[in-house]
Amino acid sequence: MDWTIWLEWVLKGFILCLILLTGFAYLTLYERRALARMQIRVGPNRAGPQGLLQPIADAVKLIFKEELTPGRVYKVVFILAPVLTVVPSLILAAVIPLGTSFTMFGREIALHVADINVGVLYLMSIASIAVYGIVLAGWSSNNKYAMLGGIRSSAQMISYELSLGLCFVIAILLGNSMNLNDIVNAQKDVWFAVIQPAGALVFMIVTLAEVNRAPFDMPEAEQELTAGYHSEYSGMKFALFFMAEYQKMIVICMIAATLFFGGYREFWFLKDTFLSVDRFWFLGPIYLLLKVVVLLFFMIWIRATWPRIRYDRLMAFGWKVLLPLSLILAFITATGILLAQELNNQMIIWGIPVLSILCVLVAVAFIYRDLRRKSHGRV
Amino acid sequence: MNSDLIVFLVLAIVSIATALGMVFSRNAVYSALFLVLNFVTVAVFYLLLGAPFIAMSQITVYAGAIMVLFLFVIMLLGADSISSTSDLPWQKPLAFTLALVLVVESIYLIVSRAQMDRVITEPDTSINTVENLREMAITLYSQYLLPFEVTSILLLVAMVGAIVLTKQEKVGKGS
Repeated sequence: MDWTIWLEWVLKGFILCLILLTGFAYLTLYERRALARMQIRVGPNRAGPQGLLQPIADAVKLIFKEELTPGRVYKVVFILAPVLTVVPSLILAAVIPLGTSFTMFGREIALHVADINVGVLYLMSIASIAVYGIVLAGWSSNNKYAMLGGIRSSAQMISYELSLGLCFVIAILLGNSMNLNDIVNAQKDVWFAVIQPAGALVFMIVTLAEVNRAPFDMPEAEQELTAGYHSEYSGMKFALFFMAEYQKMIVICMIAATLFFGGYREFWFLKDTFLSVDRFWFLGPIYLLLKVVVLLFFMIWIRATWPRIRYDRLMAFGWKVLLPLSLILAFITATGILLAQELNNQMIIWGIPVLSILCVLVAVAFIYRDLRRKSHGRV
Repeated sequence: MNSDLIVFLVLAIVSIATALGMVFSRNAVYSALFLVLNFVTVAVFYLLLGAPFIAMSQITVYAGAIMVLFLFVIMLLGADSISSTSDLPWQKPLAFTLALVLVVESIYLIVSRAQMDRVITEPDTSINTVENLREMAITLYSQYLLPFEVTSILLLVAMVGAIVLTKQEKVGKGS
């Protein structure tokens, strides 16, 4: 193997990390500004024009903060935990295709760090590793609040991972491949969110729970647990947890865009025009960025809108609503694809969205009835 | 020396060290963490052998799901540190004897069976393709359908059993 391939990989990995780190810094600003707008405030606007230098000011503040390690913590694990939280959030992005490819110095450079055949499985496995950092942070702090936060988060992530896996299955079935590049290219004509809107919806809900975002942020519910698993952390170690959460948000939006919203491909109405990614390679990352920004806006919007779900309801929602729903959705998708193939009739594919939306309505009716019974009946 | 061999040697040392660390660690949480690291190194071994599917499944199932549950139970029960006095005094000598038998057996097998010309030097690259995944699924669902279904029923029974055992009996109106 010649050294230029190594150089290319190292450079691409480095650039991806830089993108994610900058993305994290500016996502905090984006979130604070957007939340402020929704709450009729102004938000941070002092540092630089429109507050654009605020993330840098925050970073400087965090670096110079005193770092405190409490006396009776399990020290090795205590230091390891923030690292274990950040690393999965960074390497998760390695398989996501950012665009097609371009030619530079006489060689073709593809816009993804790793193009592996089991890309979806890779996402699944790294997502399942990600829970360790939080659990270990909770345990090693030797503090009841932190411990409760860690246990809550592990229970929550395990429960919601099942539905997450089934949503991956839906995308694999529709794309007929585990390779993320193939999945993106299969969405050339129609997004998977159009064929399977319910799947995309369930995926977005589940990912909110996976990254511990509102309304599923029980592990760090400040009213009950002070700050949950990161109560004992300060300075840069706390910043690492913060960083991991926001990087996970970005990456998970990239995954959602890749699996259900066409990835780096142009919008369907721009197909075969001069704005297609097949014409200009640099449009790929731009389209992906646009989709990610829109999806992130939805995450922030949800945080501003919904209150936290009570813990037992959160578990019941994961196990009794989302898991059966995603199972049925996977079943409908598989059956629809099989029937369309066997009967050689592409119109059957459109039975999938109709049936899926019906299933979601049934689930919503179920939740509504359950909530009404609980609010009127005995406890 | 090619790069695969270097990776293999480093990982072999790591996997043996983590296995030993798991056994000798006094703290149950550290043991669990060592075991996680061991599973991850095994997954990389699979990758070296050109079987990415099994490698990823290894991480997802063992390191990601099972060990998280282990940690969960250890933390909930507060079984962080094992007391030095064991309740089973005969356990240690028996374990050492059995381990010795295993080591002797495997050394004997390695010495007697291993022939240098039969060593697999190059992993079959066909495992790496998507087609292979499809082939595997087809084999699993046709040739090995019965064992596959029996395994799933076994898991279902275990799950139902766990739920039944932990379910609290509802107090009837009469009592």
